[in-house]
Amino acid sequence: MHAEFGNYLLVFALCISICLSVFPMWGAFANNRQLILSAKPLTVLLFTALFGSFICLVYAFYIDDFTIAYVAQNSNSMLPDRYKFSAVWGAHEGSFLLWTLIFSGWAIAVALFGKNLPAKSHVRVLSVLGMIGCGFVSFLLFTSNPFDRTLPFFPVDGGDLNPLLQDFGLIIHPPLLYMGYVGFAVSFAFAITALIEGEWTSNWARATRPWTIAAWSFLTLGVMLGSWWAYYELGWGGWWFWDPSENASFIPWLSGTALMHSLAVTDKRNSFKGWTLALSLSTFSLSLLGTFLIRSGVLTSVHAFASDPARGRFILIFLALVVGTALLLFLFRSSKVKTKADFSELSKDMFLLLNNILLVSATFFVLFGTLYPLLAEVIGKKMSVGAPYFNSIFPIPMILLFILLGVGPLLNWKKHDASTLKKPLIKIALISVVLGLLSSLIAGEFYLWVMVGLSLSLWVSISSFYNLNLMSRHKKTLSKKLSSLSGTQLGMTVAHIGVVVTLAGVVLTSFHSEEKDLRMAIGESKEIAGYNFSMKEVQDLTKDNYQATRVIFDVSRNGEFLLSLAPEKRFYLAKRQIMTEADIDAGFHRDLYIALGEALDNSGNVWSVRIYVKSFIRWIWGGAILMALGGFLAMMDKRYRKLKAENFAKISEDESKPIFSHPVEGD
Amino acid sequence: MAMKLHRKKRLTAIIASVFAVSIVVGLVLYASNQKMNLFITPTEVQAGIAPLDRIFRIGGLVKDGSVKRSETSLRTDFIVTDGVADIKVTYDKIMPDLFREGQGVVAMGKMNDKGLFVASNILAKHDEEYKAPEVLDALERAGHPVKKTAQDSKGS
Repeated sequence: MHAEFGNYLLVFALCISICLSVFPMWGAFANNRQLILSAKPLTVLLFTALFGSFICLVYAFYIDDFTIAYVAQNSNSMLPDRYKFSAVWGAHEGSFLLWTLIFSGWAIAVALFGKNLPAKSHVRVLSVLGMIGCGFVSFLLFTSNPFDRTLPFFPVDGGDLNPLLQDFGLIIHPPLLYMGYVGFAVSFAFAITALIEGEWTSNWARATRPWTIAAWSFLTLGVMLGSWWAYYELGWGGWWFWDPSENASFIPWLSGTALMHSLAVTDKRNSFKGWTLALSLSTFSLSLLGTFLIRSGVLTSVHAFASDPARGRFILIFLALVVGTALLLFLFRSSKVKTKADFSELSKDMFLLLNNILLVSATFFVLFGTLYPLLAEVIGKKMSVGAPYFNSIFPIPMILLFILLGVGPLLNWKKHDASTLKKPLIKIALISVVLGLLSSLIAGEFYLWVMVGLSLSLWVSISSFYNLNLMSRHKKTLSKKLSSLSGTQLGMTVAHIGVVVTLAGVVLTSFHSEEKDLRMAIGESKEIAGYNFSMKEVQDLTKDNYQATRVIFDVSRNGEFLLSLAPEKRFYLAKRQIMTEADIDAGFHRDLYIALGEALDNSGNVWSVRIYVKSFIRWIWGGAILMALGGFLAMMDKRYRKLKAENFAKISEDESKPIFSHPVEGD
Repeated sequence: MAMKLHRKKRLTAIIASVFAVSIVVGLVLYASNQKMNLFITPTEVQAGIAPLDRIFRIGGLVKDGSVKRSETSLRTDFIVTDGVADIKVTYDKIMPDLFREGQGVVAMGKMNDKGLFVASNILAKHDEEYKAPEVLDALERAGHPVKKTAQDSKGS
């Protein structure tokens, strides 16, 4: 019953999204008030239908309805309830339903909070979102329906959720990641609408900014959670593998970062217009490309989804349609959007231009490395591109970016007088290099990369604080200083400090971690990085859906007992699958990490053991949380709320005198 | 004067972007030349196609009865086969959970001068039903067509 209902709701959602993509757009062209007004209720209906459908699937998981193929494959009657809930998005079909639901969530947010756009533009944006929705919902219905039945021969019990996904990180990682991925659909729809209307003013950019920043912040959290999950759940102890599925999320992140910065220029200076539009279009296209790579199974990846050629073909056609339409519109309409480039070499504009060039090159490097195996296959070679390629090339644009990051935020728009900055910047640079050298010496053995990384981190942080002080120099007390800052200024500073916290974490973890693969027996102890690990006892456990062997280790330092760690080797019954459950003691400056390999003799008292002492690894994710926090702060800036539909055209005229403008008819 | 300045700026911009693009392309070509790993099947290794000085990947099945573990260290020796040729492989780190005889495996490493493949990394997949495309490819190239099921892999 619920399966049929969920299915009907999906069909209904498809009809609604077709209406949404046609009627408001038509209305906006034909000046038909009724059709224009249909946009909002249609969007609400689309969301409601998808939400209902999602609830049906959740219910099916909750009552263990194994007559539904998707539930039967990914759940089990013994699965704990919270994992039954997260199993809804544990595999392809359900996760795409979640994806589509989140997409419609963004659409409804645009319908409710996008009122600062002129009425016609507003409904055009919703209409474009409706078109994208058509693609998503038909993908669900025609290639990946989560409500397909197993009748008449349904299984007595389900195949169980992949044990790797039975984990807290996986409950929240996909929703946040999808919030980011599909959030870029909003800036895409804004850009398409601007191209249709032939107008892309600073106000358009201002209206787009909070949406882009929001999507970016969610994507940041999503990527971070993926990295964290890989660290503790895959049992490898690494935090980034340059795996295609990671790159699939990192590519739009890089491009989205470029977009955020370029939007700032278009907003404040009414320039970089064509460039910003191109980035808006490409960021969402790259999100879709990432989806294609992961969900079609064309790339070998640690977590590829079920590969079904029909799905790959569908996404590829959809991608071609989206990119093709965007490209055509851009080619024929973007000439209407004129840019005046008027700034000197030393200006915020110039530095943001360089920021964009570097971020786009970085995007290209990662994209190239990810797609190269596919390209090579076309000419009949099997190649793989691993960490060595990325590690040798990716730092180059990043180092340049961090150097610029210490200067750019301090500059004025258009033109800056070099003499006012020279002295403080030289001071900051000297302090950072000296402190960077000192701290890299304190950290242990000297590595040039660590010193470079730490110096750059200090350079950016000190300059950020210096800038905060400059921006609020007229206020006396700290609290007055803080409250005088705008959301944008505060958010920018927090995010920039976040990115260098991550940088510091990356270099310290990469160079100062100790990692050992060992053969250990009960009673043995090993000394690693000043910590003594001794293997105490082996226990056997039986849980609802798995059996486990647990090995207890005592950790001490300088003869003093610190804590016990208890890594497990689990055997999941339904899938007959073995899982490594690492035990980690997280800390501010180091993580202690133990994962079990396998029992090396029949008595079960000798094990292969992986012991890591990871320096400063939490900083990598802490920095990402700061970045996202910065994004949310920037989103709250009052400027975005002050933007009203009535003065949409007017503000742009007073503030920046666009070369191209035509009156926008209100409704 | 204004015109000249404008032209000069445009020229600078064009030169700068050409410069930037060539740097980007140059870097990619440099890195890709050095850092990409070719995938080679055991048959091809035996035919002498394998590069001796570079890291590459081999794939196939772990031969039944070939796995030998050391008594004192983590060292494991085994044979990777595509049904036609056998390659001896040694590895001294922790084996992935799904490593076992008769299963598919992808190993990354270098040939030493004794014809032993010293693996620096063994790739394993999460799912028992999953076979890496490389393994399938190696088996197919050696003349063992493997039927691909619709659901080769699961996960997220």
